[in-house]
Amino acid sequence: MEVADLIFKVIFVLAVFGISLLVAMYSTYAERKVAAFFQDRLGPNRAGPFGILQPLADGVKMFMKEEIIPTNSDKALFILGPSIAMLTACMTGVVIPWGNSLIINGKEFVMQITDVNIGILYIFGVVSIGVYGIMIGGWASNNKFSLLGSLRASSQMISYELAMGMSIIAIVMMSGTLSVREIVLGQPGGHWNVLYQPLGFLLFFICALAETNRTPFDLPECETELVGGYHTEYSSMKLGFYLFAEYINMFISSAVIVCLYFGGYNFPFIESLGLSHNVVSLLGTGIFFIKIFFFIFVFMWIRWTIPRFRYDQLMRVGWKVLLPLAVLNIVITAIVLLWKNDLFSLNF
Amino acid sequence: MLTNRSKVVVDKQMSFVEKLYLPAIIGGLFITFKHFFRKKTTIKYPEVKRELSSVYRGQHVLKRDEQGRENCTACGLCAVACPAEAITMTAAERKPGEEKLYREEKYASVYEINMLRCIFCGLCEEACPKEAIFLTDRIVASDFERGGFIYGKDKLVEPVDNDKRIDLSGRLQAHRKLNS
Repeated sequence: MEVADLIFKVIFVLAVFGISLLVAMYSTYAERKVAAFFQDRLGPNRAGPFGILQPLADGVKMFMKEEIIPTNSDKALFILGPSIAMLTACMTGVVIPWGNSLIINGKEFVMQITDVNIGILYIFGVVSIGVYGIMIGGWASNNKFSLLGSLRASSQMISYELAMGMSIIAIVMMSGTLSVREIVLGQPGGHWNVLYQPLGFLLFFICALAETNRTPFDLPECETELVGGYHTEYSSMKLGFYLFAEYINMFISSAVIVCLYFGGYNFPFIESLGLSHNVVSLLGTGIFFIKIFFFIFVFMWIRWTIPRFRYDQLMRVGWKVLLPLAVLNIVITAIVLLWKNDLFSLNF
Repeated sequence: MLTNRSKVVVDKQMSFVEKLYLPAIIGGLFITFKHFFRKKTTIKYPEVKRELSSVYRGQHVLKRDEQGRENCTACGLCAVACPAEAITMTAAERKPGEEKLYREEKYASVYEINMLRCIFCGLCEEACPKEAIFLTDRIVASDFERGGFIYGKDKLVEPVDNDKRIDLSGRLQAHRKLNS
């Protein structure tokens, strides 16, 4: 690897890390604002103009709060729990293609940290490890509510990961690759996968809500039943890490949804603008972020509209509805692909 | 009947579309989305204050007359009328040379209202024969100590300066309208 490459990668890694933290920070602010607006309120508006400094105030508060580790807890695991949650949340951004490529001094730099050829599997693997953060935290707290919360989290994650994986298989069949970048490149202009996979998108989106523990699937931390769920015993920045990890996960999930179904950084009429390569790339990155923010908004929108599932309903939806539908989606995709190949000899 | 809002429960089977729940969910999303653009009910308190009723009963004032003399003669009728027993006072005799301070020969040397006991009913205002005590539209400020809520004459008596007097014209007008 050349020095220029190395420098670009280091800067890019730091930028991605910083941006995901920044977006997560302002997601907490946006969440409160959006919640308030949906409820005819104004939301935080005291810290800075429009309350724009509220995340900083929240962060300072989190750091200054008393740190409590329960006497009967397993201390090592108690600390490990939020660390894993945060670590895995930050790791998933690695394979997301944040933009096309930049040409600096005649050299092409791809705007992606690394293009793993099994990118989607990598995301799934890391997200699955994320369950351990919740499970270990809930277990180590030595508290019945925490344990119930972590139990719910793990069973929910396992149930919904299946349907999620199944709905992605259809995408993989269409694009013929597991690399996220190549999937994005396979949706030039406005030919987004959502047009060909509406059912798959719906399933994936519902599962993404469940994977990020958002309403209506926030059973692991439902206040009305389990106090705080898996983070009942947590305080100070450890609690902050759990909450923060949820927002990073939301950001990354939105990014994955956009990459898989909404063309990533592609947008219609991209070629007809007649702009230089770098400008188009940066514009694409901007569009990519707009799409991501839209989905973050949808996540919040749903949270403040729909009440929580009952636990048996959650399991029924996961196993009896989403999973069969995902299998059906695979079958339909397979039939359509074969039919197209036979009749028109067309390849995707 | 206007008040009868009961509905007959129909136990019918849900149709396939209803069972999907998606139309209902999308309908719900649109309802919340409408609320997103609605006028907000929040009042940004310190900057914007809610408009109070013209007869709002807030913090008391002990009035002075046009010449700046205290109206109160420490007759104690307000304290008797007070259902919460929030008012205490000590009467004193006016000395020669104090004619500019107090309107009549007797005045209240100490006049205290415990704002934690006060229920802002306005009976003291009604009982007063000298038009000395009135409730105003000012809101009693919060405090960290109980002692801070016992308001003495320093907080209750209005300033002598004509332009710093507590304006009660709107309140009196509204009262007159109510009484007539």
